[in-house]
Amino acid sequence: MTRFWTRLIVLLTVILGVNYVAWRWMASLNWDAWWIAVPLVIAETYSLIDVMLFGLTVWNIKFRKPPPPPPADATVDVFITTYNEPFDLVMTTALAAKDIRWPHSTWILDDGDRPEMRELAESNAIGYVKRGAGWTPDMPRHAKAGNLNNALMVTSGEYLLILDADQIPEPDILDKTLGYFNDDKVALVQTPQYFINVPADDPLGSQAPLFYGPIQQGKDGWNAAFFCGSNAILRREALMQLGLVGYVKATEKSVRRALAASRTAIKKARRSPEAENPLVEQMLNEVEAATESAQKELETGASLSEITYRVRRKVDDAVRTLVAADFSALQSDLDEIAAMELAHVGESGVTTVASDAVDRMSGRDWSPLGALESVHAVLDAISVERTDEAQPIMPLATISVTEDMATAMRLHGLGWKSVYHHEILAYGLAPEDVKTMLTQRLRWAQGTMQVLLRENPLVQRSLTWGQRLMYFSTMWTYLSGFAAVIYFAAPIIYLTLGILPVNSISVDFFIRFIPFMVVNQLLFLVAGHGIPTWRGQQYSLALFPTWIKACTTAARNVWFGRPLGFAVTPKARQSGGPSWSLIRPQIIVAVLLAIALVVGLTRLLAGMSEPLGTLVNVAWVAFDLVVLSVLVKAVLYKGFVPEVVGPERPEERNADAV
Amino acid sequence: MQFSYEVNDSYAEVKSVGRLNMVAAPKLREVVNEVVAGGSSRVVVNLSETDFMDSSGLGALIGCLKAARQAGGDLRIAGVQPQVKMVLELTNMDRVLTAYPTAEAAFGDD
Repeated sequence: MTRFWTRLIVLLTVILGVNYVAWRWMASLNWDAWWIAVPLVIAETYSLIDVMLFGLTVWNIKFRKPPPPPPADATVDVFITTYNEPFDLVMTTALAAKDIRWPHSTWILDDGDRPEMRELAESNAIGYVKRGAGWTPDMPRHAKAGNLNNALMVTSGEYLLILDADQIPEPDILDKTLGYFNDDKVALVQTPQYFINVPADDPLGSQAPLFYGPIQQGKDGWNAAFFCGSNAILRREALMQLGLVGYVKATEKSVRRALAASRTAIKKARRSPEAENPLVEQMLNEVEAATESAQKELETGASLSEITYRVRRKVDDAVRTLVAADFSALQSDLDEIAAMELAHVGESGVTTVASDAVDRMSGRDWSPLGALESVHAVLDAISVERTDEAQPIMPLATISVTEDMATAMRLHGLGWKSVYHHEILAYGLAPEDVKTMLTQRLRWAQGTMQVLLRENPLVQRSLTWGQRLMYFSTMWTYLSGFAAVIYFAAPIIYLTLGILPVNSISVDFFIRFIPFMVVNQLLFLVAGHGIPTWRGQQYSLALFPTWIKACTTAARNVWFGRPLGFAVTPKARQSGGPSWSLIRPQIIVAVLLAIALVVGLTRLLAGMSEPLGTLVNVAWVAFDLVVLSVLVKAVLYKGFVPEVVGPERPEERNADAV
Repeated sequence: MQFSYEVNDSYAEVKSVGRLNMVAAPKLREVVNEVVAGGSSRVVVNLSETDFMDSSGLGALIGCLKAARQAGGDLRIAGVQPQVKMVLELTNMDRVLTAYPTAEAAFGDD
């Protein structure tokens, strides 16, 4: 029944929204002020697409029944990931994990490599994993994804429950979720993330009941429930398949690149003065022939290990031939020298070259090929050993700082299913200060944009259109920073300069705009079963500098290889007084809005502007100021003080931007 | 790779700087042949600034030894660095080419 009403309101929203925005484009633009008129209508179009994607999400909302009982012999590893969290926090989670009823092994994945952590784990009979020997300092570490990938190689459970260090699980978390894996195609079961250290008014917008509710349930309906990094159960086989597929892809890519590089290196070496040496020329010919035939084999789809092995063999043979020729010439010189001695002093012993000299001198370190350093270096890269990573198999995606989203998308691409189980089964800790909260939101947004730019879901042919749009929808919400700037700028421009981006504020405008806004709010009300959406709306506008920074840094990172400036979200509250400097852009915007209010009213009294336009824009500014006011509350927030309340407080949401 | 030489009263010193590899080997032969043709058949190859030698480099040294002997003289090496020393030992050539600490010491005994 809910589904029927939801769908009806989605349809109404789309019809009324298109009606309004189409009219805006075709009949309302003030072309004299195109520089604000066009950006504003683009921002409004952005918002319409945003709400349409939300509508599409909840269109297929899925309310699951409890799963059947799991097979009694299912084996599980529980992973608790930690980097620098306090020991008592990690141990509280680890001991709760140990108490999970379903038989399992509990492991602390300590990326901080702390001996005290190991002692604590061992004295409580909890497994301890740190990075293995392959993770040398010159290898990329891949943060949490690397930590999990490392642990996957030293454990063996069929299923993995992943918990952040602060997420305390219920004893029945596995009993309630493992049964979904009776469906052989299910790779992931995600449960909500819920925070216990958040007051009822949620000043930092930490809880995300709309996301861990209608949005995930809607995505689930499209078989696109997201993996959110913690409180999720994964099927090892699916992750391993992902790792193997990734390994083959990465290897083929690196072999192709190495073959191309070797051709360039050979060409360059031929132009160098050394190439005049006939031996060098001969070596270059041999190496070139080997790489050319490898290239041909690659095109015909031959096995990478055979191709790379053959290149190595051919090059090694050429080297051996050269070394053997050196030694045979050398031996005949020795023979001649011995003959001279005999003639000269009447005694001689022919010295012979050591029998393994050819082998010794053909080895990698001492090979004459070393003379052609550039060629030597690229030949090393023609291998299937994936020498640029600590371990060849990387099941969790490493293309993004939010490994979870990228991993889930790839699992869906391989045809696996995911499940969203709508029941809180673990209790975590949210940031308690603005700085940490901003760092965390920035990281999520950056990670999401990295995935968009590296593996745009819209062009992933292995995903269904529903899945593509579900991933795209979340990415789209993070573009809201640009729209927010325009929404702040437009009323300021009208009130101070009298420039209106629309032709006129008339009945035409109101009869299109108001029904759309009403039905839009109604959609959130119905789809969210009355979950308050206001906190989320505030944050999606108020954090505009964070969203914009995420987009620009992610683009610089993906396109130009610049670092993101990534930081691990601290779990402990940062000390110090209110940090107003963190929200400087928002303060500037608020001041401008206030000035615009005064100027606008003055202009109205002076008869310089029309009352209706001023009224609409004053209302708009007031709305913007109320939106931004959430940050005052956030900056003044002094951290969580437990109060005696039931667990079923009305929580507020943080839109899709969890 | 660079070679330079200097003719003293009793011997000529050829200084080898850099990697004595496939590319440098022919040049060494050339330089030593030139020295020997110039009348100095007692040759010291100073390897104190040669940190790497491959099979072609070793072949060149033996070839030069032959040329010096044929001219009635000898070729000795000095200032051998660890990698070169290892190559000489592994191939047995330390029995043909004795390594002297310095160029002066190489022909010091006769």
